[in-house]
Amino acid sequence: MIPEIGQLSLIVALCLAVAQGVFPLVGAQMGKPAWVAVAIPAAAGHAVFIAISFAALAWSFLDNDFSVWYVAMNSNTELPIMYRFAAVWGGHEGSLLLWVLLLALWALAVAGFSRGIPVLLRARILGVMGLISTGFIMFVLFTSNPFLRLFPAAANGNDLNPLLQDPAMAFHPPLLYTGYVGFSVAFAFAVAAMLSGSIDRQWARWARPWTTSAWMFLTAGIVLGSWWAYYELGWGGWWFWDPVENASFMPWLLGTALIHSLAVTEKRGLFKSVTLLLAIGAFSLSLLGTFLVRSGVLVSVHAFASDPTRGLFILVYLAVVIGGALSLYAWRAPGLDREVGFKPFSRETFMLLNNILLAAAAGLILLGTLYPLVLDAMNLGKISVGPPYFETVFIIPMLPLILMIGIGMHTVWRSASATAVLRRLRAAILVTVLAGVLIPVFIWGWNSLLTLVGFVAGTWLIVSSLFDPVRRMMGTGPRITRGMAGMQMAHLGLGLCVLGITATTSFNIETDQRIALGESVVVGDYTIEFESTQMVTGPNYQAIRADMAVSKAGHPVTVLHPEKRIYNVQTSPMTEAAIDSRLYRDLFIAMGDDLGDGSWSFRIQYKPLISFLWLGSFVMTLGGLVAITDRRYRSAARSTDSAPEQAARANAG
Amino acid sequence: MTPTRRRRMFIVGAIVLGVGVAVTLGLRGMQESMLYFLSPTEVLAGAATDGRDFRLGGMVRKGSVERRAGDMEMSFDVTDYENTITVRYTGVTPALFGEGQGVIAIGTMEDNNIFRAKEVLAKHDENYMPVEVADMLAQQGKAEDEAPASTAN
Repeated sequence: MIPEIGQLSLIVALCLAVAQGVFPLVGAQMGKPAWVAVAIPAAAGHAVFIAISFAALAWSFLDNDFSVWYVAMNSNTELPIMYRFAAVWGGHEGSLLLWVLLLALWALAVAGFSRGIPVLLRARILGVMGLISTGFIMFVLFTSNPFLRLFPAAANGNDLNPLLQDPAMAFHPPLLYTGYVGFSVAFAFAVAAMLSGSIDRQWARWARPWTTSAWMFLTAGIVLGSWWAYYELGWGGWWFWDPVENASFMPWLLGTALIHSLAVTEKRGLFKSVTLLLAIGAFSLSLLGTFLVRSGVLVSVHAFASDPTRGLFILVYLAVVIGGALSLYAWRAPGLDREVGFKPFSRETFMLLNNILLAAAAGLILLGTLYPLVLDAMNLGKISVGPPYFETVFIIPMLPLILMIGIGMHTVWRSASATAVLRRLRAAILVTVLAGVLIPVFIWGWNSLLTLVGFVAGTWLIVSSLFDPVRRMMGTGPRITRGMAGMQMAHLGLGLCVLGITATTSFNIETDQRIALGESVVVGDYTIEFESTQMVTGPNYQAIRADMAVSKAGHPVTVLHPEKRIYNVQTSPMTEAAIDSRLYRDLFIAMGDDLGDGSWSFRIQYKPLISFLWLGSFVMTLGGLVAITDRRYRSAARSTDSAPEQAARANAG
Repeated sequence: MTPTRRRRMFIVGAIVLGVGVAVTLGLRGMQESMLYFLSPTEVLAGAATDGRDFRLGGMVRKGSVERRAGDMEMSFDVTDYENTITVRYTGVTPALFGEGQGVIAIGTMEDNNIFRAKEVLAKHDENYMPVEVADMLAQQGKAEDEAPASTAN
């Protein structure tokens, strides 16, 4: 009964999505206020019924209703209750339902927190989101229905893939999806503006907090995924340039560019067409990511061929959404950009270069991600494009970008003097060169030029981000708005990430070692002794656990307990790495194989500064949060600013 | 030239230059980091003669995993049910590695027709089959009888 309620609610939600899509858009175009007024009630109803549908699926999981095929495939009575709930999005069908739910919630948020936005613009935004949802719900209902019954019902379920049985599973997919889906708001803003034919600075001010919120969620989602891979899935690797990861990273890159482009559109009324294009691009890549990853197409076109309905639906849907938006863009964009001058050395130029470099990085990653797929589809052989490609094409645009960020932050709009900026920043440059070169060489010694460049770049970001706040504290700097503080935090966080990445890739020690019981090995400065093993029984698994005593120069540091688990239902082994995490380094031990004579193989890693990567990403996300709490977004919701006020803020964020 | 036009030229020039450099470097990087995926049959037919690393995929033949006690060096046979290649590897195997399971190994062929693996991959889909291996077996029509088939979930 409960699954049928879920199914029925989804059908009702589909009808409401159609209403939310059609009436406001047509009404806004034809000037029918009654039709426009449908937008908010339809969005609210849509959200309610999707929520009921999602709750029904969650209930089926918690209730162990194995007469539902999807539940039987992804759950089991032995599964701890928290994972039974997370298993709702453990497979293709449920994760699409989660996607639709989040879309409905974003639309509800737009309906609720947009009192200052003109009625027509808001109606169009909700309308576009309604159409997006219509396609998605149809996809769920017709090709990926999570409520299908299994007859006869299974006695017990197939269990959730042990790889996914991790606390991160409860947070990573929802966060990531919230980010993906959040870009639909920016997309809807763009389409709505193109439909109305007018796009102004006020529009950009309204669109900014939404875009930044989506970006925050995506940032947090990606980092959580990376951290999960690090401690659970990846044997200590934290980024693999795997198609699934790229699928989330590309929208992030374009979303980051979009945030900057929106800033220029808001402050200067420039880059309107670039902003629109980036909004379309960020969401298109989000869609591509969702579909290709979840449908298995990205890893194999043959999976695509084995289920042509799904594949065809995806292609048509992508063509309609992306193609439709781009056609609208081609029609509307030419008349948008006003001629407002800016000099080659100005904040505008830095923002433009920033957008070009971020888009180039996203484009090259897209090339490397799709190229194997294209070759495979044309039967030209199966290849994979390895990390060296992605590392090369990513570093090339990113290094100049990072060096430019520090200068760009301190330039003013319209026209700046390069010499004046550099003179003002000379203390910062001096600190950067000294700290960025000497500290790493002092700690780790000379490694390579690229390592040095990485440290200098990361230090430069940190120093230049802290430059204004420090001057402010000393009483000589300008007032710092929330928007500026958010920007500085985001760049500071990026700097921490760059330091973490540089240190951990340059001075990482990774070794596979055979260790007999009672013996020890030396890794870096650490001595690791294999003391004993013991059998452990978990809620739904059996494990063998090793006790590894870590010491440094004779002083005990910690005892680590890596495990090798066998899950009861799927009988698949899993390694559970043990990590001793400190601010300046991580020590990672994973159990390998029983070598038969009382010795085991272990993978041991020493990862300096990897915590800077997580810390930096956290600071970056927090920066986004600080930026969206800027007063002007709240005042913008009430009234448009007076001209002097705008002029006074022209240099902010 | 008007300032507007000069600015446009500057922007267009920067874009063209940037994209050009990026694509050139990108394609060069791609050439170097491209790994072919080959089955044992393709390898024995001479598809891997240039000495570059490639990805060998197939099933670990039952009863073929050999390891001397106390040694991290091991060997196993990778088969596509038509041909078989022996793989040697030193190091930790991924958790899901096992006899009768799908596997992908990265490395090169040695002169004695033995594959020297630098890395043995743990990445599996939800059905514990590397997707490439599942595809390969499906194309050979082996999917139903001997190997668990991978479906697009």
